[in-house]
Amino acid sequence: MYKILTKKELAPKIKLFEVYAPQIAEKAKPGQFIIVVINEKGERIPLTLAGYDAKKGAITFVFNEVGKTTKQLGLLKEGDHVENITGPLGNPSEIKNFGKVLCVSGGVMIAPMLLQVQALREAGNNVTTVIGARIKELLFFEDEMKALSQELYVATDDGSKGYTGLEFLKEIIAKEKFDRCVTMGPVVMMKNVCEITKPFGIPTVVTLTPIMVDAMGMCGVCRVTVGGKMKFGCLDGPEFDGHQVDFDELIKRQRLFLPEERLSSLLWELGGCRCGGK
Amino acid sequence: MAESKPKPKVKKEVTPMPKQAPEVRRGNFNEVALGYTEEQAKEEANRCLQCPKPQCIQGCPVEIDIPAFIKAIREGKFDEAIMKIKEKNSLPAICGRVCPQEEQCQKFCVIGKVGDPVSIGRLERFVADWERERGFTMPERATPTGKKIVVVGAGPAGLTVAADLAKLGYEVVIFEALHLPGGVLVYGIPEFRLPKSIVQAEVNYIKKLGADLRLGYLVGRTYTIPELLKSRGFDAVFIGTGAGLPQFMGVPGENFGGIYSANEFLIRVNLMKAYAFPAYDTPIRIGKHVVVIGGGNVAMDSARSALRLGAEEVCIVYRRSREEMPARKEEIENAEEEGIICKFLAAPTRFIGDEKGWVKAMECICMELGPPDESGRRRPVPVKGSEFVMDVDTVVVAIGRTPNPIIQRTTEGLQVTKWGTIVADENGKTSLEGVYAGGDIVTGEATVISAMGAGKKAARAIHEYLMNKK
Repeated sequence: MYKILTKKELAPKIKLFEVYAPQIAEKAKPGQFIIVVINEKGERIPLTLAGYDAKKGAITFVFNEVGKTTKQLGLLKEGDHVENITGPLGNPSEIKNFGKVLCVSGGVMIAPMLLQVQALREAGNNVTTVIGARIKELLFFEDEMKALSQELYVATDDGSKGYTGLEFLKEIIAKEKFDRCVTMGPVVMMKNVCEITKPFGIPTVVTLTPIMVDAMGMCGVCRVTVGGKMKFGCLDGPEFDGHQVDFDELIKRQRLFLPEERLSSLLWELGGCRCGGK
Repeated sequence: MAESKPKPKVKKEVTPMPKQAPEVRRGNFNEVALGYTEEQAKEEANRCLQCPKPQCIQGCPVEIDIPAFIKAIREGKFDEAIMKIKEKNSLPAICGRVCPQEEQCQKFCVIGKVGDPVSIGRLERFVADWERERGFTMPERATPTGKKIVVVGAGPAGLTVAADLAKLGYEVVIFEALHLPGGVLVYGIPEFRLPKSIVQAEVNYIKKLGADLRLGYLVGRTYTIPELLKSRGFDAVFIGTGAGLPQFMGVPGENFGGIYSANEFLIRVNLMKAYAFPAYDTPIRIGKHVVVIGGGNVAMDSARSALRLGAEEVCIVYRRSREEMPARKEEIENAEEEGIICKFLAAPTRFIGDEKGWVKAMECICMELGPPDESGRRRPVPVKGSEFVMDVDTVVVAIGRTPNPIIQRTTEGLQVTKWGTIVADENGKTSLEGVYAGGDIVTGEATVISAMGAGKKAARAIHEYLMNKK
């Protein structure tokens, strides 16, 4: 059992948990993720790490309440427990001095990006960040990002704050020379970023979050096509060369269980399934 | 005691195993085989000739004294029978269900030459269940040695090592990467063949022997092997991480929705209990026309699970013929009784998807059998121009599993073969001092009992190594 030490609401339906898991906190590196199992009947959900503190024995992750499990998770309070956490999983990010790095993150993935930006700064990089969300109310960590960035840009889908969409990136990239781009967020956003950076030849790293079950190489549901080859998100990733990823296939594969996910979430909101497992 | 003596004329036919009827069991996940009653067990035990030079024992990877435990059953001394088995095997309820006895002990049974061999497996199962229902008797533990062992993976090999070394007085910690213990026994073998409550009970027995089980620890990531030995105070390591990586065929369209690796399919159904969705959170989608590719036990398990999940039609497509099928005969029979169709001498060449990216058809090519290949089985050769298309909406790829590479990638100096298995001698000793390995991670995909056999040998070798090390 893993105890929740701190709970914060960063934006509507976006919550941050700090959980006591010393064996993970000791080993975690930027870019890695964990698997959370909320209770005996729970699914295994992958969440990218947003922080770790070896001294305190604590790890931090941020989630968006979109499905049954994340909604249930969101109801837990400080002092409550989750059944199991496994990690750290996946390969750590490549962190070194690349020079000038453009970091584009959106939605709930702004949280792990902050960790990434910290690491990139510590390695001596000059970092420009872009944070985005659907609407301005869903933005968070703006000040934290600003403090670490040479330049911070904000974008929303509806234009309620900052730029509308990501088109503006083209101008920024044309003006300044970036040595690397790191992007974490919804697949459609990462796909857009890759399409924008490709003509400029900027190496672009994406963090993929395909569907996973075991997340240690066993099931293969997280398979993605990268450079025409089959790769496993959990074992070979989660980071890949964004210019090689078949995003359209990934988008389809992320929707494989959408009807079931909706059913599960709806039933839960209606007061839980009463079939008793039959 | 005259009654308990063997009858002069031995019955040639095996005592049949009571089973759920095919039309009933294809609609539920309950265990198919129901187990012998006391009378049936005694009747079957009476068929044993009690050979002065028993042949059966040589077929048992863990060398159980088979005639002795059968004799005890014949005499109604079920407690003695199970203790005899447990001298060598800590997981008898599991072995009694999933060992391929027809290839092992029963293959050597002398009555087998004139009739059916004695059903050693069913007798083992009977006494194991008899004991479990009454509560386990704990064996005595040796005085603590003061040495610490780490076992990586709570599957058949790891659990065996843990049990044997705990009994010998070692402090044993088991690191299991998944959130439940049992390895392939929980994620692979379905409930209807091996109820998970039985795995849980046998794991609890091993915990009671003193083994400390930690779930959700992926060795290679959470801790590395060199770290466990150098800075975490362990004296030896046993790696029993199994063959967990799925293989795909590499044909076009394999990433369409509805195409599962057997591992994904079975993990969802068994480990995550997707058959009880939405009461359990993990979903599975099953169509009307399910095809399972492969001819092993995993293919049978997948096909029979698909049927129970409500598929209208389940077809196994295998590239060789029935004779070459690696699955247990009993499992093939069970599957066919339930209505599963086997299509032999065919292999997929590509998958065709709909606009949503979901599989809708599978193109296959017919095969004929050529000369034997390195496995000794006749090699399937494609017949030119014989392509045909099948309508399918769910595909399970069950063509084998390879070792998980995480430990190999994170353990410097550990010798690995080109297939990714760990190099170990017959006692499980690897290229690194104090590091032992056994089961599928060494042999490639094999059986539960061979993994347990490897675990037994490794436990003995680790004990010797630590007793001689000053």
